[in-house]
Amino acid sequence: MANSDKILEEITSSEYKYGFTSNIDTDILPPGLNEETVRFISAKKGEPEFMLEYRLKAFRHWQTMKEPHWAHLRYPEIDYQSISYYAAPKKQKVLNSLDEVDPELLRTFDKLGISLQEQMRLSGVAVDAVIDSVSVKTTFKEKLSELGIIFCSFSEAVKEHPDLVKKYMGSVVPPGDNYFAALNAAVFSDGSFCYIPKGVRCPMELSTYFRINSAGTGQFERTLIVADEGAYVSYLEGCTAPMRDENQLHAAVVEIVALKDAEVKYSTVQNWYPGNKEGKGGIYNFVTKRGICLGNNSKISWTQVETGSAITWKYPSVILKGDHSVGEFYSIAVTNNMQQADTGTKMTHIGKHTKSTIISKGISAGKSNNSYRGLVRVNKGATGARNFSQCDSLLMGDRCGAHTFPYIEVNDKSAMVEHEATTSKIGEDQIFYCNQRGIDTEKAIGLIVNGYCREVLNKLPMEFAVEAQKLLAVSLEGSVG
Amino acid sequence: MLEIKDLKVSVEGKQILKGLTLTVNKGEVHAIMGPNGAGKSTLASVIAGREDYEVESGSITFNGKDMLALSPDERAKEGMFLAFQYPIEIPGVTTINFLKTAVNEIRAYKGQEPMEAKEFLTRLKEKQKLVQIETNLTGRALNEGFSGGEKKRNEIFQMAMLDPQLAVLDETDSGLDIDALRIVAQGVNSLRSKKNAFLVITHYQRLLEYIVPDFVHVLYDGRIVKSGKKELALELESKGYDWIKKEFSEIPA
Repeated sequence: MANSDKILEEITSSEYKYGFTSNIDTDILPPGLNEETVRFISAKKGEPEFMLEYRLKAFRHWQTMKEPHWAHLRYPEIDYQSISYYAAPKKQKVLNSLDEVDPELLRTFDKLGISLQEQMRLSGVAVDAVIDSVSVKTTFKEKLSELGIIFCSFSEAVKEHPDLVKKYMGSVVPPGDNYFAALNAAVFSDGSFCYIPKGVRCPMELSTYFRINSAGTGQFERTLIVADEGAYVSYLEGCTAPMRDENQLHAAVVEIVALKDAEVKYSTVQNWYPGNKEGKGGIYNFVTKRGICLGNNSKISWTQVETGSAITWKYPSVILKGDHSVGEFYSIAVTNNMQQADTGTKMTHIGKHTKSTIISKGISAGKSNNSYRGLVRVNKGATGARNFSQCDSLLMGDRCGAHTFPYIEVNDKSAMVEHEATTSKIGEDQIFYCNQRGIDTEKAIGLIVNGYCREVLNKLPMEFAVEAQKLLAVSLEGSVG
Repeated sequence: MLEIKDLKVSVEGKQILKGLTLTVNKGEVHAIMGPNGAGKSTLASVIAGREDYEVESGSITFNGKDMLALSPDERAKEGMFLAFQYPIEIPGVTTINFLKTAVNEIRAYKGQEPMEAKEFLTRLKEKQKLVQIETNLTGRALNEGFSGGEKKRNEIFQMAMLDPQLAVLDETDSGLDIDALRIVAQGVNSLRSKKNAFLVITHYQRLLEYIVPDFVHVLYDGRIVKSGKKELALELESKGYDWIKKEFSEIPA
């Protein structure tokens, strides 16, 4: 009993796990961004000197930069001085039962097939059943540490594993890489750190664990994954359940390093609040995700299902440095109503006989705009580099837009680069055909869209794929007829 | 079972069906024949509930229920099936997955639990044989890259799986070679029972050699102008549609 109480206590108070031990009394910083803000955040988190210097360097660089506007996106100017860059995670109002939760939210949970227990956790209902997840979590943690796998919050890693952090942080996405990455480097709140030692295959998807910890993830998240020689890990980020967040601007950074013979699979489901039908509210999601295949025969795969956010600006990329290394990008991006997405990838071939595959499926509905933007670059000396790209767009209705911006730069004569693209519409005929077999229009759209996305959905881990399929249907609800 | 009364239907302002009346009882096979443009496919589409067809007046009832008040999927759930003249391709969706969804949606409508996987697969195998559909075909994306004959056989296969009370076959014979025609007809014949009925829409008498109808109706200019037994089909074949055109073109609208 005492033990379970302790676990419960730990879980319910986990929003405060960052440990406010510093002697600064305030937990919320007034809006504004200057050097003091950066120092405050670092001090608040009790960071070592190197981290503060890193942040300050990034901040000074950020000040010299301009917000990029090359993407096919329209949004009002962001006032960076009106944002508060540090707030202690808000304690969610604890509800007594699901009856107190917004019925609309519950309806969506049901459609996504999210378990009752998970529903409660996501909507902040206090419940004993959560203890089950706790025990699962504890077992996971034990098993992982036996194998020497480090999986912890970024803040913890900074303190516990400073050498690894120092060595790899910013090695893939340098602090000055782009405007949003620089901003993140200066003010990042927290995130995850994962290190898989030499020759270790992580025996589980780092997913369930992550989902347990995902509630209350910050606005400026930072993730670093390092797979040492011959290591393997499959990492899942996000959640299919609708995520509401008060913060409008999100600027995350994810870095992946794969050493010789290592493989990292990174899957994302992003379902942030997209704003209302008129386009009011909604998250602006400006993310920098990049991996480097540093060693020979290494492999990095990005798989993403993007259905949320008002604005999505995201290009998970791979630098293929090691010989025979492989980069993959599988993407489904759905936009509905007034949503805008500009997403794609960059594959940079440096090593010999490197291979990359890009499969992008865009779905636009309502008055939304969906763009694929991709760059395949083959450097001189990347002998025998190969790329295959396929970019498909599906339009629903006649007021949305689908755009494709593929860039190809080939500087080695031995390279083979293929690009295929299609644009199609969901046909009334297809829907009627399904209807005639007893399938209603809503389900028919789900079926057709899932068929269209099958190549990408197949790349997701099983349990995630099932939820993602349902999510696609829910995201497109009411977009036809 | 199916009762159509004085049905008038227009498409984009043009009247196609001009007062069609037809009754189909359980256990019967009715053939609708007629020249191009007579309104055969319009009839099939209206029964199934396709949009773009405006019902001006008249009624369609099925087991006493007003079909015109129901959506296409509800009509299907009530036990109506349309074998399409041009079956639609749905990329990425396997025939199995599609049928599983359809079967269970219909069951849910009737308040039944989803079909057990084992039962579903047994049924799948059994019905596959009926129309000689290879297993790999059901695992492929629905109708995608299928030949014309494969698509038509797939329609009959789906019909067999869904076991409708009323099946409307819209020119199922078009584009079929003689072997495929025989397979399709055998499939239909083996499904005939006292509980269900078929409405076979065709331009040619050929199909009716294999699927022998109880009644034959001639559709011309939006109306059924002649009804009879199976012999009527032969008469039409020998005399051609000009005979009908001559006889009935004088009818005032």
